[in-house]
Amino acid sequence: MSDMAPDSTIDVRNLNAYYGSNHALKDINMTIKKNRVTAIIGPSGCGKSTLIRCFNRMNDFIDNFRLEGEILINGVNIYRANPVELRKRVGMVFQKPNPFPKSIYENIAYGPRIHGVRDKSRLDSIVEESLKEASLWEEVSHRLNDNALSLSGGQQQRLCIARALAVDPEIILFDEPCSALDPLATVKIEDLITELKKSYTVVIVTHNMQQAARVSDYTAFLYLGELIEYDTTKKLFEKPDRELTENYITGRFG
Amino acid sequence: MKKGLTNRQLKGRVFELVCLGSMMAALAVLTVLLWDVWTDGHAWLDLQFLDSFPSRFPEKAGIKSAIWGTFWLMIMTALISVPLGVGAAIYLQEYARKTTLTRIIETNISNLAGVPSIVYGILGLALFVRAMDLERSLISGALTMSLLILPIIIISSQEAILAVPSSIREASYAIGATKWQTIRYHVLPDALPGILTGNILALSRAIGETAPLIMIGALTFIAFTPSSPRDPFTVLPIQIFNWISRPQEEFHFLAAAGIVVLLVFLLTMNAAAILLRNRYQKNLKW
Repeated sequence: MSDMAPDSTIDVRNLNAYYGSNHALKDINMTIKKNRVTAIIGPSGCGKSTLIRCFNRMNDFIDNFRLEGEILINGVNIYRANPVELRKRVGMVFQKPNPFPKSIYENIAYGPRIHGVRDKSRLDSIVEESLKEASLWEEVSHRLNDNALSLSGGQQQRLCIARALAVDPEIILFDEPCSALDPLATVKIEDLITELKKSYTVVIVTHNMQQAARVSDYTAFLYLGELIEYDTTKKLFEKPDRELTENYITGRFG
Repeated sequence: MKKGLTNRQLKGRVFELVCLGSMMAALAVLTVLLWDVWTDGHAWLDLQFLDSFPSRFPEKAGIKSAIWGTFWLMIMTALISVPLGVGAAIYLQEYARKTTLTRIIETNISNLAGVPSIVYGILGLALFVRAMDLERSLISGALTMSLLILPIIIISSQEAILAVPSSIREASYAIGATKWQTIRYHVLPDALPGILTGNILALSRAIGETAPLIMIGALTFIAFTPSSPRDPFTVLPIQIFNWISRPQEEFHFLAAAGIVVLLVFLLTMNAAAILLRNRYQKNLKW
């Protein structure tokens, strides 16, 4: 694609999304840069979760969901590609930690295993690397066979990140990853996100503007399904072009 | 102010007592029933009773054919109804889109669960015994019983599958699992205790059913154990019904002994269901 910047990963073009007759996303156009953290902010119900769930087609499971326009990842229209392949390349971490009710080891090994890794020592090393990358290894290396549900909320969320990393994705989507966590656990996740952008492209939805300001390089502000402003985080928080953006980030509504 | 408060508390107390009374009433009836059956029947309960075929002499009569009939009927019913019922539940819960049609289907499955069992007996007689020419055999009985408990199995399996949080499914899909992998490795294992419990309870309903089997003509005097699905058969409730309808008092004692055996079967199955549930429940907290 000639009109695409070489450092872009996700290209959203004229995206419209509907739940039945509810027009949830209106004419979204944006380009998400490789190896950067892009935050999507906006008040509840503005469509930020809908947007991020388009990137790995999680909305496919909603019966009355409909989408127009295109989303290109590395130049390929993902809505013409195989969703199972897509989700291997585009990982996701959810709002509430959702480990499988199995052992810590099994939580990580499940992904590579369903994608064909059978070799035990290969699986062992993937589990170790993923846990290290999610800075959880030190805390759990001695109890990999414990049930994942015995971990604390913050640990569970880092386990979910490790689980996403284990299938070697290019992009990781975070859908309000800290909203169920305490401040200390939040700091750990934020540090981790900053670390992850070296190897991955990160998109994070957050209702916490300070968090967006802390972790992201670019920020998109959505309001009532429209992309109001999309710029570098510095610019958007210090000198927004639109008054609506300024009102939102200064806390005049939200 | 004060008076109002005590009045409110009094109402709560009265309600509690009414509920306690309801529970005691149910418990009392059950105790009387068990006591009555036990006093009538326990003297007749011995190995000879368990290991003899029916006879017109009460002291020689037993429930061997009824026990084996019940056993085989339950096995065959389970083999037919469990895969069908669980499969249907998986389809409805995981694959079918929530359209008006699936809603109508689900409502009607619930309605079918409330259809009187004799109606299933008539259906079994017309369909399996006559139209499919399976005669008055074990297989006809098992198919009829399967029809009877399928709605219960489907509904309870659906509920167990529904209880698996959607966040688990999302987690699995989000790392590139297919629908089949998600169902196979997450939904089914997590729903299994619930599914098993529902299935066992459904089968324990079938074990006590008499009407549909009388309808399809499960014979009452069978002096052999069934050796193939095409053999005629009898089951415990029918044997009990037969003895109770005889004039001689000894047969009534035999019936009571038969009831004790049937209750043991039933309680064992229900206990198994509870054990299974407790065993898996403790590591399933989301």
